Amino acid sequence: MVEEIGTTTEGDLIINVGPQHPATHGVLHLVITLNGETIKKIEPHLGYIHRSIEKMCESLTYRQFIYVTSRMDYLSAHINNHACALCVEKGMQIEVPARAEVIRVLMDELTRIASHELWWGAMAMDLGAFTPFFHAFREREAINEIMEETCGARLTMNYMVPGGVMQDLHPDFQRKVKEFIILFKRKIDEYDELVTGNIIFQNRMKGIGYISPEDAIAYGCSGPVLRGSGVSCDVRKIYPYGIYGQLNFEEVLETAGDSFARYMIRIREMKQSIRIIEQLIDNIPEGDFVAKTKAVLKLPKGEFYTRVETARGEFGVYIVSEGGTTPYRIKFRSPGFSNLSALDHMARGSKLGDLVAMMGTLDLVIPDIDR
Amino acid sequence: MWSFNKIAGIVDQWLNQTFNPTWALVFEMVIVGVCVIGLFAVLGLVLVIMERRVAAWIQIRLGPNRVGPKGMLQSLADTVKLLVKEGMTPAGADKFLFNLAPYIAMMVAMLLMAPIAFAKDFQIWNMNIGVLYVSAISSVSVIGILMAGWASNNKYSLMGAMRSGAQIVSYELSAGLSILAVVVLTGSLNLNEIVLSQADGWWIFKGHIPVIIAFIIFIIAVTAETNRAPFDLAEAESELTAGFHTEYSGMKFALFFLAEYINVFIVCAIGATLFLGGWMPFHIGHWESFNHIMDYVPSSIWFFGKTFFMIFLIMWFRWTFPRLRIDQLLNLEWKYLLPISMFNILLITAMAILGWHF
Repeated sequence: MVEEIGTTTEGDLIINVGPQHPATHGVLHLVITLNGETIKKIEPHLGYIHRSIEKMCESLTYRQFIYVTSRMDYLSAHINNHACALCVEKGMQIEVPARAEVIRVLMDELTRIASHELWWGAMAMDLGAFTPFFHAFREREAINEIMEETCGARLTMNYMVPGGVMQDLHPDFQRKVKEFIILFKRKIDEYDELVTGNIIFQNRMKGIGYISPEDAIAYGCSGPVLRGSGVSCDVRKIYPYGIYGQLNFEEVLETAGDSFARYMIRIREMKQSIRIIEQLIDNIPEGDFVAKTKAVLKLPKGEFYTRVETARGEFGVYIVSEGGTTPYRIKFRSPGFSNLSALDHMARGSKLGDLVAMMGTLDLVIPDIDR
Repeated sequence: MWSFNKIAGIVDQWLNQTFNPTWALVFEMVIVGVCVIGLFAVLGLVLVIMERRVAAWIQIRLGPNRVGPKGMLQSLADTVKLLVKEGMTPAGADKFLFNLAPYIAMMVAMLLMAPIAFAKDFQIWNMNIGVLYVSAISSVSVIGILMAGWASNNKYSLMGAMRSGAQIVSYELSAGLSILAVVVLTGSLNLNEIVLSQADGWWIFKGHIPVIIAFIIFIIAVTAETNRAPFDLAEAESELTAGFHTEYSGMKFALFFLAEYINVFIVCAIGATLFLGGWMPFHIGHWESFNHIMDYVPSSIWFFGKTFFMIFLIMWFRWTFPRLRIDQLLNLEWKYLLPISMFNILLITAMAILGWHF
């Protein structure tokens, strides 16, 4: 009964998925109206871990507020920091040394791989396959070790500061990254054998959660979700920041617009990230890792906006400055929030089991949604 | 060479000498009952440890290795934990049915033990309709699950139970038809006679292609019937948190859990009996001396070896495949497995009549 979809009528089953549901990866709360097992409507209820980060940033200096952003999208901590650092640099017009630029891109791409690894494992687990989760964590561990040595943290890194990076690379960095590249190239083929080629998996993913390019744009989706519908939107390509303009890599696009397309985007994107790392790892220029800046930064009066491509999509930082040491207003444009808003549109008319698969391909990180 | 039937014979002889035949029978029944419960406990412990070990091996992790030597006592410790946990009954639940459901699940698993031939001449009840009995009793298990899901007063449980009902009832058909394949070839419903008919080779070799098809369908169908991944839709933790047993805690949950593992053992035992010769050693036609050497391995080892091989297969599926969706699952049964097994049974009947098998 197609006409019923989207409305709640007498006799419908209303169930709460989350906040403690295993598939919600944290504290997402979805109120789902079901007719049998067919989804009629989904209402995401947000705010379970809202920490008012944007308000908090108003009382922190320009050096300090970057630390808070690692706690938002904790799987893309480096990339979030990068966006904030870029925004402050834009306001202050700081020249970043060449070495710092290369280190930043290396860290960004390692973070992207680590994030997609975790997504891959978690998504397979949503579909009931446990083994990929452990296999993904094995490779992610190699990245975490590299991060731990250089940044001192494994999850919420605070490595990027306005003007460069906080400290120089660990002496073992280059060797370990090269080892990781060899390991990862072997393992990504194993992933395809274990999951991508599986007939059950393909049946679960193909044609599920379709979103047309127009709808995806209208909902403000970005990153793999939008590119899965065939819309070119990689910030690294269309508004290059850092040294991305000089690098040789492809923007990954799929046209099917379904869950499988979004899955393939991330798998192929990991290979592109490896390609970027390979280009840079032997060519890290010598020199300063951070530009000389004042201890307390003061942004000139005005509005500044920068955006970067995180593992989940476009992350934007908007700063309104009144010339003081702290921002007057800050707004973050987080990819997860917009991607989640499209879930209701995607899921209407599909089965409850598909919802979990769809949510998996959106790659939601809840603190990124509930800031 | 020691064997179960000698021990059983000695006990039987002694009881009949000491007591009159009626009392002897009663004592035998009690002994068998105690043995079955003991077997249940042991199988539960062994299978849980085995599942965790297989999972650890596939998932490159260690698995239980703290309690006892090599973690062998882990499932015993788990049992103690479950025993001392509070058994809760949710408010608004149908108390009687809620508490009854796990016992029904267990009871079915226990009843299914009766006709299985564990070793040569070692069977609880050598009945002449063994196969029919197994398929009839195993279909009762769905009642326990439906009861649990309905009585829990929980939407997730209800959905899990309904899924399970649809799934078990559907897959009974394929499982039944593939079992029938061997019955047609043997001409007997008696599980012991089926084993004896494989004295010159197991049916999977003697019946070649049609029986191999039946065997594959049997494995798929029983995996679905026992609610194991990739067909564990009744539990589907990412969709339904835990499905029909969401509201169960402590020992009541453990009974469901145990029943699931015992069911896995039973279906694998039936599969091993029908297709892989049960306790029959590996025999090839009339190679008398080779067959004689094979007979030196005790029949119980053959039986448990084959059964655990099949259990390992089913565990392997669980840790490799993602889960299907409920409509895909029913499609698979009604559109593919059932037509294939119906055609297959025709093929087997023709084969039995024309004598195409070895």
